[in-house]
Amino acid sequence: MKFDNYMILDFPSKSANEAFARSAVACFAAQMDPTLEELGDIRTAVSEAVTNCIVHAYPDRLGNITLRCRILKDNVLDIVVKDKGVGIPDIEQARRPAFTTGGNERSGMGFTIMESFMTTLEISSRPGKGTTVHMRRKLQRRQ
Amino acid sequence: MQFTSFLEEGRLTVALTGEIDHHCAKAYIQAIAGKIEAYTPEVCVLDFQEVSFVDSSGIAVVINALRNMAQIEGRLLLTGIAPQPMRVFRASGIDKLVEIKETVG
Repeated sequence: MKFDNYMILDFPSKSANEAFARSAVACFAAQMDPTLEELGDIRTAVSEAVTNCIVHAYPDRLGNITLRCRILKDNVLDIVVKDKGVGIPDIEQARRPAFTTGGNERSGMGFTIMESFMTTLEISSRPGKGTTVHMRRKLQRRQ
Repeated sequence: MQFTSFLEEGRLTVALTGEIDHHCAKAYIQAIAGKIEAYTPEVCVLDFQEVSFVDSSGIAVVINALRNMAQIEGRLLLTGIAPQPMRVFRASGIDKLVEIKETVG
């Protein structure tokens, strides 16, 4: 896969890192000259993916989260969020709107928002091994 | 988390600020529930004018406030929502469950 630029971040699953992760991706994506709406969508999707790692992948301990961003040809931003946590036993169920195992503080809309704000979303997971969320957003070229 | 609130003629206004994500959502949910319980307003207004970002945790904040107000048979109203939070509310369908006024931008 040819790419123009990339960045990789490793950080622990502390909730203070949710804001850090989405801001870091927004700063990296700025070189693609995104619109405010595109930037907002990307920040939101990253926030959802990283929050899932913090809440669900490592429910009882701190673990590592790896965030990788690449700029692919045709103005596509490629984002991978990877954890080595508990994994998702049933991905189809997890993707269903309003499904959550997180209780009252969660809305169960994380994957729905990632799906509607990104061009593609792929989730792979192995129980006990971890989860990888791979998403892409094609940005409009501004005239 | 930082917010201000005031009560005027049975109308409780809670002005939220900054970015609402999972990191601060629980504190907001508890603080709003506490205010509603203390004042039992007829109307609760969540003012989003100073909120620059929400993710799905913000939806949970709104849903919990909606439940709190339903318990006392009151109304929940959202105001001052900027474009990014509005996109999140629309994507989740919550804009159909809650009354929204004065969208910004």
